[in-house]
Amino acid sequence: MDLENQRRVKEFAEKYGPENVVVVLGASEGEAAGLAAETVTAGDPTFAGPLTGVQLGLTVYHVCEPEIKEEFDPDVYEDQISMMEMVLDVDDIVNEMSAIRDEYCKYL
Amino acid sequence: MNAVIKGASYILAHVPGMVIHNGSTQITERIVNPESEYLKQLPEHLRTYQQAVEYWPNQVYIGNKTPEELAGVEFPYYDKPLAGAGRYGKFGEIMPEAEFLLLMQCADVFDVLLLEKGFVAAHRDELAADPVITEDIAARVKEGAEAADIERFVKEEHAEGLYADGKLVGCVKRAHDIDVNLNAEVMHENLVNKASNTLALLYAVRNAGIEKTDVEYVIDCSEEACGDMNQRGGGNFAKAAAEIAGLMNATGSDSRGFCAGPSHAMVEAAALVKAGAYKTVAVTGGGCTAKLGMNGKDHVKKGLPALEDCLGGFCVILTANDGVNPEVNLDILGRHTVGTGSAPQNVIGSLVADPLERNGLKITDIDKYSPEMQNPDITKPAGAGDVPQSNYKMIAALAVKRGELEKKDLATFASKHGLVGFAPTQGHIPSGVPYIGFAREDILAGKIRNAMIIGKGSLFLGRMTNLFDGVSFVIQANTAAEQSAQSGVSESQVRGMIADAMKEFAAVLMAKE
Amino acid sequence: MAILKDKKVVIIGDRDGIPGPAIAACVESAGGEVVFSSTECFV
Repeated sequence: MDLENQRRVKEFAEKYGPENVVVVLGASEGEAAGLAAETVTAGDPTFAGPLTGVQLGLTVYHVCEPEIKEEFDPDVYEDQISMMEMVLDVDDIVNEMSAIRDEYCKYL
Repeated sequence: MNAVIKGASYILAHVPGMVIHNGSTQITERIVNPESEYLKQLPEHLRTYQQAVEYWPNQVYIGNKTPEELAGVEFPYYDKPLAGAGRYGKFGEIMPEAEFLLLMQCADVFDVLLLEKGFVAAHRDELAADPVITEDIAARVKEGAEAADIERFVKEEHAEGLYADGKLVGCVKRAHDIDVNLNAEVMHENLVNKASNTLALLYAVRNAGIEKTDVEYVIDCSEEACGDMNQRGGGNFAKAAAEIAGLMNATGSDSRGFCAGPSHAMVEAAALVKAGAYKTVAVTGGGCTAKLGMNGKDHVKKGLPALEDCLGGFCVILTANDGVNPEVNLDILGRHTVGTGSAPQNVIGSLVADPLERNGLKITDIDKYSPEMQNPDITKPAGAGDVPQSNYKMIAALAVKRGELEKKDLATFASKHGLVGFAPTQGHIPSGVPYIGFAREDILAGKIRNAMIIGKGSLFLGRMTNLFDGVSFVIQANTAAEQSAQSGVSESQVRGMIADAMKEFAAVLMAKE
Repeated sequence: MAILKDKKVVIIGDRDGIPGPAIAACVESAGGEVVFSSTECFV
């Protein structure tokens, strides 16, 4: 994850309390989504950014996951995102994200 | 009448030394994690020049193989070398690092680039032997400096080292003591861009079969910024490169738009020619050091070669309509506007479906789409997916949504209307334009009727806007004969025009053989 | 319990996936407060 984005995530977790922060991702592949999710839960796996060794355990979802999708206004989702479901491998993304959440999320 | 695509060039420079020293991923890693395993392992993952030459996507980029042939190669490509592949292709070449450093010196007019004496002596004849490097350019190589002086500049004067085969062979000095816009790192980045830009211009002039003096205007569409502290992005790479290439009748300017830059520049050039402002315009883009090894961490982690080891460059020559060459149809322009928003369906709708609909066309009326042609060998292991394929899926999904494509044809849309990605991840370089050379040939040969070139740009990276951007245009078979017939020009006049143009075209073909 | 409602939401979009502003529109429709939205680019 971009270093500046990591810094922002860390700041918001400190400011609002990690239990009040939710991270929503838009990655194009399962693996990339998993890496970003790992970064905001278990720490930066690439050891490059401000989240290296920081286990925030934030709640994190990909925008196409069913649990979070059902909370959106369906018309908004239809306009903004629906077409990408035909493009992305949503099953792969869901698998990667679920695995990370089960292991590292502290506030579910 | 519409401007035509007279010719195009595509060049690469294999620069493993710059991957280590000038790629932004590596620079960042040296700051935040200087003892990292990645930095230790990276050198072992660099490819030799021969490996880069035998790399399938590179051979497609310079025109020795076609995207269709690449589609027949089993993925991934990095472990399927193309035996017998050569340095030169019909569109350009893959220049080795040593020669490229000399070419950078040719591009240096401020005496900031020093090369070691022995290194110059060993390689200057190699550069001079390059078919597009004329004597006046080769003569710009200097005799060379002492190794001790170069070391001192690097150690004590903040100069940027130049490396070949792991050895320090030169440096780029800072051009100002205080101004960060002229520090050694920026001067290095800009000289790399200018040198690769120059090489692309030289090949394009050759490939189009025109004289250097024919070029009246050059538009550079790279992503670098040239200027000093009082005008940080003042420019003008276009004219600077045109000077070294010897385009004595040209002026020019820089056009910027992140990765959408080349498509913007193509539309601007086609409009300038069609309006009659200039008869011959070159759209050119040089290589980017920052993006070398950008996804290197993923490549190294997965045991792959560091595949982002080449600088890219391209140039397209547009001229007044010659009655033969494929033309840019300025009636079919897609544009992502301020109001379009960032929803992927809106983005692709604004670039693909909207301009076609305005002209009474369907998505399936375009034979080939060239969106972002990033090589998936590079992007897939880095988690960015297969970018061209994603674009084709989006276009196909949109066509289904609009009732222009049967759902059962979704899966075959990409192979019918698309291409496999073959361009290096050099930002603006892969964005739509890599196919223009092939599109010109395929349209001339009657294989396809038209092609849509789509450029997209991540404007938000500059933190000035959250907007995305993109423009698209269509290249089609020449329509001069039809248009003249409609406007009452006699058939014999048209025949004469075509005969002249065909003669010219034949001469170009003969000259190339 | 809702995941997004009344939460501070950080969005990390992707140029070749779903960009930040498209996600933000959805999150706001679910009652989440978007405190930061960014879009990453790997190419």
